[in-house]
Amino acid sequence: MSEQKIKDEINKILSSPTDGTVTVLSCLLLVQDEIGYIPDEAVEEIASFLKTSINEVWGVATFYTNFRFTPPCKNILEVCWGPTCHLKGAPDLISGFLDKLNLEEEGDSKDKDVSVRYNTCLGACQQAPVISINHSLRGNVKVSEISNIIDFVAD
Amino acid sequence: MTANFSQLKIEAEQEWSQLVNSSKAWIRIGSSMCGQAAGAFGTSVAISTQTSSRKLDVNIDQVGCIGLCYLEPIVDVLRPGSSSRVFFGNVSSESIDGILQYIETGKLLKDQVNIIGYLGEQEIDGLSSLRDLSGFNLQQRVALKNVGNIAPGNIQQYIANGGYQALNDSLELGKPDEIVKVMQESGLRGRGGAGFPTGLKWSFMVRSPGPVKYILANCEEGDPGAYNDKGILEGDPHMLLEGVLLAGYATGASNGVVFIRHGHDGPIDRTKEAISQAYSSGLLGKNILGFDFNFDIEISLTGDSYVAGEETALMESIEGKRAMPRFKPPFPAVSGLWEKPTTINNVKTLAYAPEIIKHGEGWYSSIGVNRSKGTVIICLNGDINKPGMYEVPFGLTLGDIIHEIGGGIPNGKSLKMLQTGGPLGGVLGKESLDMTLDLEEMSQAGAILGSGGIIVADEEKCAVDMTRILVAFCQFESCGKCFPCRLGMVNLLEIVERITRCEAREGDLDLMKDVGQNMQMGSLCAHGQLGFNPIRSAITYFEPDFISHIKDSKCPTGSCEKLVYLPKNTRALGEINRENQDKQYIPINNII
Ligand SMILES: Cc1cc2nc3c(=O)[nH]c(=O)nc-3n(C[C@H](O)[C@H](O)[C@H](O)COP(=O)(O)O)c2cc1C
Ligand code: FES
Repeated sequence: MSEQKIKDEINKILSSPTDGTVTVLSCLLLVQDEIGYIPDEAVEEIASFLKTSINEVWGVATFYTNFRFTPPCKNILEVCWGPTCHLKGAPDLISGFLDKLNLEEEGDSKDKDVSVRYNTCLGACQQAPVISINHSLRGNVKVSEISNIIDFVAD
Repeated sequence: MTANFSQLKIEAEQEWSQLVNSSKAWIRIGSSMCGQAAGAFGTSVAISTQTSSRKLDVNIDQVGCIGLCYLEPIVDVLRPGSSSRVFFGNVSSESIDGILQYIETGKLLKDQVNIIGYLGEQEIDGLSSLRDLSGFNLQQRVALKNVGNIAPGNIQQYIANGGYQALNDSLELGKPDEIVKVMQESGLRGRGGAGFPTGLKWSFMVRSPGPVKYILANCEEGDPGAYNDKGILEGDPHMLLEGVLLAGYATGASNGVVFIRHGHDGPIDRTKEAISQAYSSGLLGKNILGFDFNFDIEISLTGDSYVAGEETALMESIEGKRAMPRFKPPFPAVSGLWEKPTTINNVKTLAYAPEIIKHGEGWYSSIGVNRSKGTVIICLNGDINKPGMYEVPFGLTLGDIIHEIGGGIPNGKSLKMLQTGGPLGGVLGKESLDMTLDLEEMSQAGAILGSGGIIVADEEKCAVDMTRILVAFCQFESCGKCFPCRLGMVNLLEIVERITRCEAREGDLDLMKDVGQNMQMGSLCAHGQLGFNPIRSAITYFEPDFISHIKDSKCPTGSCEKLVYLPKNTRALGEINRENQDKQYIPINNII
């Protein structure tokens, strides 16, 4: 997409009606929800939309760890490393997923199929270890299921 | 249009009575996050398709979590003509046929479905009551009284079960001070971690000048191992809204904000839905229920940040900034959100208010022990047979929780460690099973009850490994504003990682204590002040584990030999260099 097109798209998102108070953070969350990441243009547009500085917007965007600044892969896999999941086998799960996707650490797979992200707690610790695939939760995940999970989403 | 409460109530009760006396069966599907992780959405779709292909006319609702998360997905059925619900556990697409046959014929095919029991007045042949399950009978559900029983997206079901009665009665009485008085007498203390008396907190706000004053409901819930705030919002969001309204009326506030972490779609969607229903029923907005009381509530979402749950950082986050704590004073009751007087309470704390006000003085304070009054919602998880969400009175012992409610440790292993109160809490050893559930007793032992999460570890887990994860969490989440926490957490993590690799240096334990002490004295918020807690309590109860790594170069359980993946980028310091072993560590005391 050209720069202008991205800008237009972002302005459309920012000017869509919302019921809550509009802030730098609410705009960033909105943009990432809609297009999956925060392009440089979004930082500029949000700054001018809210009459604040680019620095201010960058500061907020880099503080909250959920924001990313490059387009995500087709699928987003989040793996929990919180204490409960850790006890119930998260380390084996994480290394299994990384191996399967040829990754050394969290990040995007080379074929752009899966973005892997570590999460501190996905909120379903009762079913640990927990992962989330494209925002849908899955608990009691076994190492033996890793291949199937990845083959299924990457299909 | 000003709604009149008695009219709302009559309509709601009619609706409810039609539902429970209907000629159609009522199927309730547990669809909270624990249910979703176990596949509840798939179950839900399968039930819809199979009922329609069998031309079975039924009412279906997605409800919150009844607490027995180890049996999710849970489905329960109220058959026409029966006053008791039958609960089915671990429902898979194969067992749905058995459930539908029960609806059609009343016969229970025990080899096809996992039947948990029944709940209700009417006995059901060959089944035991859910109340006889040990995980159920020690419970006393106050804040969770509706969760799992009513459809969260239906305000009428809430009203028919006694909802908004406390609000209406308080508005009718017209004495906001009376609410503060009853809350003070109840002995309720904040469930967000610090345990501050709620009535007292509200009384601070009464004196602050208006007209704009805020009540904030804190559902950041970043503590790993805790899910009870989300559990309330997913299962019974109107209970929270009524609590916020009561707090608002009592303190003379004008606005409420429910603060939730983005991405938790269930709690967010349920709360949004509840707010819009409350507006259209005249329970929010101008002249609520026809009385001279105006109040608005909105939702504010935050990004991923643990410290955003700290009360002043939370206000920064609502204002759209980085979630970094503010200096106090000024205290929030004087100058908080947008520099207006503000009261911050945890979701659970606020959800208790409607029941406390409805019952009046003397009721809530009669439950519990010592200075810990009432009930507490425990999130039990880890190496335990029955992980779940249980609301119990204070005064039970930890042994009751682990063995009676939790059903003990799986695979015949024995208990090693309990981690309570979130990462800033602490760990306890197995000798703590005699300890009573009491805020003071637990904090004296070096752990806090905090938001109610209890993570159980069996004998095969290593205390040093657990400490590494807790410290890694605290380091990762340090906001970076004040240096004792920003640098101290990095130091602590590096030392703990060194110990897990059996590469500890002489004096490392003392060095950690030194760093921890400095963090406690010098940090701006409780994140840094308590950041050393997990290490301190682990050394207290599991010193042999540490000694074995340091002196014998051996992890007694082998857990620490595994590779552990932790995020490399942290907001406080950028990328951590885990390879650099030759740095000199200078005790912070010597720097200042
Ligand atoms: C680092 C940190 C994180 C916190 N996270 C939460 C949280 O997620 N939820 C919460 O209710 N309180 C949290 N608190 C406690 C709040 O600061 C505050 O005490 C609480 O919301 C007050 O409500 P209460 O009086 O009802 O307990 C946190 C505190 C700190 C220092
Ligand atoms: S610790 Fe993994 S989901 Fe909570």
